[in-house]
Amino acid sequence: MNKIFETPLYPYARHADEDAPVPARHKVIVVGAGPIGLAAAIDLAQQGIEVVILDDNDKVSFGSRAICFAKRPLEILDRLGAGQPMVDKGVVWNLGKVFFDDRKVYDFNLLPEEGHQRPAFINLQQYYFEEFLVNRVLELQAEGAPIEIRGRNKVSAVGTHPDHVTLEIDTPEGSYNLEADWVIACDGAGSPMRAMLGKDFVGRVFEDNFLIADVIMEADFPTERWFWFDPPFNRGQSALLHKQPDGVWRIDLQLGWDIDKEREKRPENVIPRLKAMLGDDVEFELEWVSIYTFQCRRMEQFRHGRVIFAGDSAHQVSPFGARGANSGLQDTDNLCWKLKLVIDGKAPESLLDSYDIERIHGADENILNSTRSTDFITPKSEMSRMLRDAVLDLSEHYEFARPLVNSGRLSVPCTYDGSPLNSADALNGPERTRPGSPCPDAPLGDGFLLPKLGDKFTLLTIDAEAPDVIEEDGIEVTRLALSVKDDPTLALKERYLGDETSAVYLIRPDQHVAARRASYDETLFRAAIRRATGKE
Amino acid sequence: MSDLILTSNIDGADDFYAELLATHEGLETGDSHALNARLVLILANHIGDREVLSQALRAAKLKEEE
Repeated sequence: MNKIFETPLYPYARHADEDAPVPARHKVIVVGAGPIGLAAAIDLAQQGIEVVILDDNDKVSFGSRAICFAKRPLEILDRLGAGQPMVDKGVVWNLGKVFFDDRKVYDFNLLPEEGHQRPAFINLQQYYFEEFLVNRVLELQAEGAPIEIRGRNKVSAVGTHPDHVTLEIDTPEGSYNLEADWVIACDGAGSPMRAMLGKDFVGRVFEDNFLIADVIMEADFPTERWFWFDPPFNRGQSALLHKQPDGVWRIDLQLGWDIDKEREKRPENVIPRLKAMLGDDVEFELEWVSIYTFQCRRMEQFRHGRVIFAGDSAHQVSPFGARGANSGLQDTDNLCWKLKLVIDGKAPESLLDSYDIERIHGADENILNSTRSTDFITPKSEMSRMLRDAVLDLSEHYEFARPLVNSGRLSVPCTYDGSPLNSADALNGPERTRPGSPCPDAPLGDGFLLPKLGDKFTLLTIDAEAPDVIEEDGIEVTRLALSVKDDPTLALKERYLGDETSAVYLIRPDQHVAARRASYDETLFRAAIRRATGKE
Repeated sequence: MSDLILTSNIDGADDFYAELLATHEGLETGDSHALNARLVLILANHIGDREVLSQALRAAKLKEEE
C-alpha cells in the first residue's frame, strides 16, 4: 500500500531560525498544518502577510477523517486558489436513502438550487484536501509569497505578552525559540496550545462509540448517502454508507458505549460486521479503521490576546452534518481579513473581537444542530426513542414526517445576525441577503458572481449608480457594477433585489453582506465601511 | 370539507421536535405517556373538524384503508 498519508510532504529541514542568537520574530505563526491551519496561512500569505506554519508531523492526516465538504467551504477554497482540484477529485452527490429496521422508508434528493458555481456537497478524503492545500502553499512559495511550512516542529511552550507571543519549539535536532506578532492555533480537538494556555473547553461528551471504516470495493452501490436506523446488522444502533473517490467507501457503525475499543478495532471483529452490512458476496479490502467518541463543546472565547483559536481547537461538534472542517474554514475566512487590516494598521485591534462574536454564533449554531442530530440518532430516553421511531414509521407513509428525520442537518453557513459589523438593513430585499449573510452565488453569463467578490471590500451595485472607488480611512472599496440583465436566469434579481428595482451592497472580504440600500448614499456607506471595520 | 394535511406544515420543524423532547425530559415513562395523551386531546380540540380527526386516526394506524 503506497498511500499519500504515508509520504512526508513537508519533511523536517533545519532552519536558520534554529541557530539565530536571538529568537526570530514573525508576523504570524500558525500552529498546525491540518486543513484549517493551511487555509489560514494561505489566506494571509495571498494578502502579503508573512506567515510560518509549524506542524508536529510532516504528513497529511491518516485515514479519510473529514470527508464531506459543503458548498460554502468550496467557495472559500476558490478564493484561496484550491477549490478546483477539490471539485475535480471529489464525488458529487445529491441522493440519499433512509432505512429503518429492515426496510427503506424513503429516499431524497437534495435538489441543490440552480445558478451556483459549486455543488451542494462533495465527498473527498481529508488527506486529499490537505495535499491540495500543501500544493497551494508550494505554489505560493514559488510565486514569492511569504509563506513557509516547517515539519516536525512541535510547540512545547507558549508565552503571551501584550504585543507578541513567544513559542518554544522542539525539532528532531533540539529546541529553539520564536516570536510572533500573532499566533493562530489550529492544532485540533486535543489542542496542546489550548492546554498550555490553561483555557477552558467545556461541553457535552456523548456516551457513544463509532467505528469508522474506509473500505475499498468494486461494488455497484450508487453514489448516494445511505443511513440506517436500527438495522438488523447493527441492532439498536445506526449505520452510514457514503462514497469517496478511488472506489473507497466510508462506513460508520455506531457501537454503543460499553465496548472494548481495542478489541472492536481488530480486523477479525470489524470484517464480520461489514460482511453483515454489505452482504457475504461483496469483495472488499479494509483500508483504515478508527473508533471515536465525540463531544459537542467550545471554548468560551476563541481569542486570547494575540493567540487566536480556529477550527477544532476552538469548537467540536458531533460528525453528523459535516460541521467540523466546514466550520473551521469559515473561521479562518472570517478571521484573516480582519487580522490583515489590524496588522496593516487600517483597523483597530478590537475588530478581532468581532471574530469571537461571529464565529461563536456559528459554533453555537453548529453545536445545536449536531446535538439535535445526535439525540435523534441515539435517543436518550424510552419516550424519545418512541417518538423517534414514530417519526421514522410515519416517514415511510407521509411526506410531513420526513423533514423531522434527523441523521445530520448538512452544513450551511450561518448569517451573522446581530453582528456589530452589520449596518441596519435599509433594503426591502430578500431575507437571505440581509446584512450578516454570506453572499449567495449567481450566474453572470460569462461566469459567476462569487469569484468577482472577496479578499477586499466590494460595493456591489445592481442597476444603481455609485463611485467606482471609495476610500474611507485607509479602507479601499471597489465597485462591481451589475445589472439584472447580466443574469438572464434572474437568479441575481431574485437573490439580491427581490421586489426592489435597484440595490447597493457593501460586501466584506469574506463575502458576507455588511450593509445594503436601494441606492448609494455617500454618508451612510462611509459609516457602514467604518462600522464593518470596527471603527463605530 | 377540509382534508388532513400530510405534507410538511411546521415552520422550524427541528425547533418543534427539540421542544417536544424537552417537554418530556426528566419524566418517568408513565408520566410521558400521560403527557402524550393530554397532548393528543389538546391538539384534537384545536383541530375540531370531526372529519379531519377521523382521517388523522386512520393515518396514525399506518394501514392503507380504502
